[in-house]
Amino acid sequence: MAFREYRIGCVMFGVALSLSMFITIVLPGLDISSMSSTKIALEKQLTYGWETGFNYFDPFLQGKDKPIKVTLTKNPKTGAPMDKRNAYVFPAGTHFPNGLTHDGILGDDVQKASQEIGKIDQASEEQGGVFVVSTTSDDTPYIEFASATKGWTVDATLKAADAQYLAGSGKTMFVREGCWWCHTLLPEQTQDWQSFGRPPLVGDFNGESPTTFGSDRKAPDLLHVGSRNSSREWMTMHFFNPRLVQPHSIMPRYDYLWGDVDVNGQPIDLKAWDEAYLSYAAGESIYAPDVPIPAADSEARMLIDFIINLK
Amino acid sequence: MLKYLFAKEDDIPQGTAAIFFGVSSIAWFIIGTGLGSFNAAKLAFPDMFHGLYALQFGHMRQVHVHAVIFGWIAMAFAASMMYITPALGNTKLWSEKLGVWNCLLYNVGLCLALALLWAGVTSGREYSDHIWPIDLYIALIMVLPWCLNVWMTVINRRTQGIYTTNWFFAGCMFMTVIVFLVGNMPEWLHLTGLNEAYMTWWFAHNILGLLITPVAAAITYYIVPKITGNPLYSHRVGHLHFWSIVVFYSTPAAHHLMSSPLPEWLKSFASVEGVLILVPAIAYVCNILLTMQGRWSMFVENIEIKFTITGVLLAIPLNMQGGFQQTRAINWYIHGTGWIVAHAHLALLGFSTFAEAASVYYGMQVLLRRKLWSASLANFHFWMLLIGFSLYWTSMTISGLIQGAAKIYEVPYVDVVIAEHPYMIVRWLGGTMVFFGNIVWLYNMVMTARAGDPVPVGRQPAEIAYTR
Repeated sequence: MAFREYRIGCVMFGVALSLSMFITIVLPGLDISSMSSTKIALEKQLTYGWETGFNYFDPFLQGKDKPIKVTLTKNPKTGAPMDKRNAYVFPAGTHFPNGLTHDGILGDDVQKASQEIGKIDQASEEQGGVFVVSTTSDDTPYIEFASATKGWTVDATLKAADAQYLAGSGKTMFVREGCWWCHTLLPEQTQDWQSFGRPPLVGDFNGESPTTFGSDRKAPDLLHVGSRNSSREWMTMHFFNPRLVQPHSIMPRYDYLWGDVDVNGQPIDLKAWDEAYLSYAAGESIYAPDVPIPAADSEARMLIDFIINLK
Repeated sequence: MLKYLFAKEDDIPQGTAAIFFGVSSIAWFIIGTGLGSFNAAKLAFPDMFHGLYALQFGHMRQVHVHAVIFGWIAMAFAASMMYITPALGNTKLWSEKLGVWNCLLYNVGLCLALALLWAGVTSGREYSDHIWPIDLYIALIMVLPWCLNVWMTVINRRTQGIYTTNWFFAGCMFMTVIVFLVGNMPEWLHLTGLNEAYMTWWFAHNILGLLITPVAAAITYYIVPKITGNPLYSHRVGHLHFWSIVVFYSTPAAHHLMSSPLPEWLKSFASVEGVLILVPAIAYVCNILLTMQGRWSMFVENIEIKFTITGVLLAIPLNMQGGFQQTRAINWYIHGTGWIVAHAHLALLGFSTFAEAASVYYGMQVLLRRKLWSASLANFHFWMLLIGFSLYWTSMTISGLIQGAAKIYEVPYVDVVIAEHPYMIVRWLGGTMVFFGNIVWLYNMVMTARAGDPVPVGRQPAEIAYTR
C-alpha cells in the first residue's frame, strides 16, 4: 500500500469528510424532515402531483401525468350549491404526490388527520379520485379523499367544475422552459415583502419537487403573482410577446408554446404575425395584431394556468 | 488520436490522454463562451435572434453553464492531471489507453448531456440539472476512470513523498465522486421539499469548493515552482490550505439559501463556516505569491506565469467577496442579483480559468515538445480574456448593486430592467471578447502542434520562449 506513510492523513481525511457530511446533511435533514406541512404545502402537492422535473411518467416534460385543479360552487354529487371550493382531480392512473405515498412527508399531525378523517388510505393511483384540503377544528390542515368522504367521482367533479386549471402541467412547462432562471419563486425574508409578498414558511415546501426557487433574479418574483395580476388576457399577450404589454421587457417570446392551432382550430402563422407586429412596431399600423387564444390542450394554456394559480 | 483506442498500452506515447483532453477542453471553452455570448446578447436585445426557437434563452442558459464547467474546466483539469500527476510521481500515467477512452466517452457523454438539457429534459435543479441517468453516466463513466488513473498513478509513483499538487488531485477527485453521488440523492431517492432545495445547493457549493477551486489551486502549485524554478514557499502552508479546504469549504452549503426558510441554526453555522473559507484562501494566495520571490519579472515575460499569477491575484477579490457576501449583514442586499453572477464568473472565468489556461498552454508545449507557435497571439489571448472578463465582472457587479438598491427602495421591476440595459450590453461585449480570444487560442495551439519549433531535450519551453 503506497499510501502507508500517509495512513494518518487518510484516516483524518475520512473522519473530517464524514463529520462534515454528518453536520451538513444528516442533522439538517433530520431537522427539515421534522417540519409539518402547511396548508400551502398540501395544496401545492395536490396541484403539482408527483414530480415536475424529469421522471419516468413524463420523461420529456410534456406536462403528462398531472392532476387537474378545479373550482367548485356546487356539490358534484348532489348538485346542491355550496361555498366556492378548490378540488384536485386525479384521473385514473395519475401518480400521487410524495405526501400521499410516503410516510414522514406531511408531518405527524397532518398525516394522522389525513388518514383518520381524510381517509387517504383508501385512495389508489389505479382508480384515481378527487382530493380537497380541509382543516380540523384545531386548525391542522389535512388532505381529504373526497371520493371516499363525499362520494365525488372524477367525472362528476370535472363536469361540475366552474373552472379547470392545468397548473401541474404548467409547472412542468415552467421547469422545462427555464422560466426559473430569471423569475424566482422566493420572496426574500428581508425587504421583498412590499413588492413580492409574503416569503414562504418552512413547511410550505413539503412534498414539492423540484422547488425551483431560482437563484439569479432578472425579473419579478412570481410566488404570489396571481394575487397581483390575475388577468388571463394580460398573461396571454405577455407570453405571446412580452413587448406588447411591457415595452421594456427583456423576456423571450413564448409564442411557440401555442402549438399549431388556436382555441377555434384556426392555424397559427407565427411568421405572418411577426410581420404584422414589425409593421406595428415601426409605426406603420396603429394596432398590434391580435394574439391568438391558446387551445385548451396547448402548452401555453398550461403555463398560464400555473402562473394565474400562484396566489 | 483515435488510432490509439485499440493500440497496445506500450505503443501509446506518453501524454496522449493529456493532449486529447487538452484539445477537447479548448474546443469546449469556445463552445461554452460562444453560448454565453449568445445568451448575453438576448439579455440586452431580447428579439435579436427571434425565430430561432431551438435556441431559447431558458433552454440555452444551462447548456452554457454545463459546457464551461464540464467541458472547459473539468476537461482542462483532466488534461492537467494526466500529465502533472505522473510528472510529480516520476512515473508514467497508469493507463494512457484508459485515459484516451475516458476522454472519448467524456466527450460523447457531454454531448448527450448537453443535448438533453437543450431539449429541456432537466431535473429542474440548478447545477445538478442533469437527469439522473446522465448523473450516473457522469459519475461512473466520465469521472471514475479519471479518478482511477490519478489514484493509481499516485500509488505507483517512484518518489518517496507526495507533492502538494498530487494530494490535492487525489483528494479532490475522491471528494468529487462523493459529492456527485451524495449531492444527487434528491434524484436517486426522490427527496422533496426543502431537503431537495438544500441538497441542490449542497451539491452546487461542494462541486465548486471541493473540485473547481482546489484543483485550480493545485495546478498553480505545480506551474509556478516548475516554471520559475523556485521551490514552493512552504509545504506546511500547503497542508493548512488542504486541510482547511476539507473542513471549512465542505460545510457552508446553506449560505446559498440565506433568504429561504431553512432552519436558522443551519444558516448561522453556514455563514460562520463561510467566513472561515478565508483561512485556506489566504494561506493559498500567500504561499503562491511568496513562491514568486525574486522571479516577478516572469509575470511580465512568461505567458504561463502571466496567466497563473493573474488567476491567483483574482483569487484575492474572489475570496474576499466569497467570505463576506454570504453573511447576513451583506447577503440580504446582493442575494439573487447580478453581483452573484459576477462573483461566479470571478471564480470560474477569473481565478480558475486563468490557472487552467496556463496549465494547458504549458502542458501542450511540453507534451508535444514544441514551442508555442506565436507568443504574440498568446498575449493577445491573455488580454482578450482579461479585458473581456473585467468588463463582464464590472458591469455585472454594477447591475447587481442597482438591483440591490432597487429591492430596498421598492422600485418597480421594469425600471431595474431599464437601468441595467447598458450593463447588459457591456456584459455581452465582454463575453464576446472572451469568445474571440479563445478562437485565437485554438488557432495558436493547432499551429503549435503543426509548425511550432521543437523544444530540445532537457530544455523548458519557457527558457527558449524568446529565442528565434
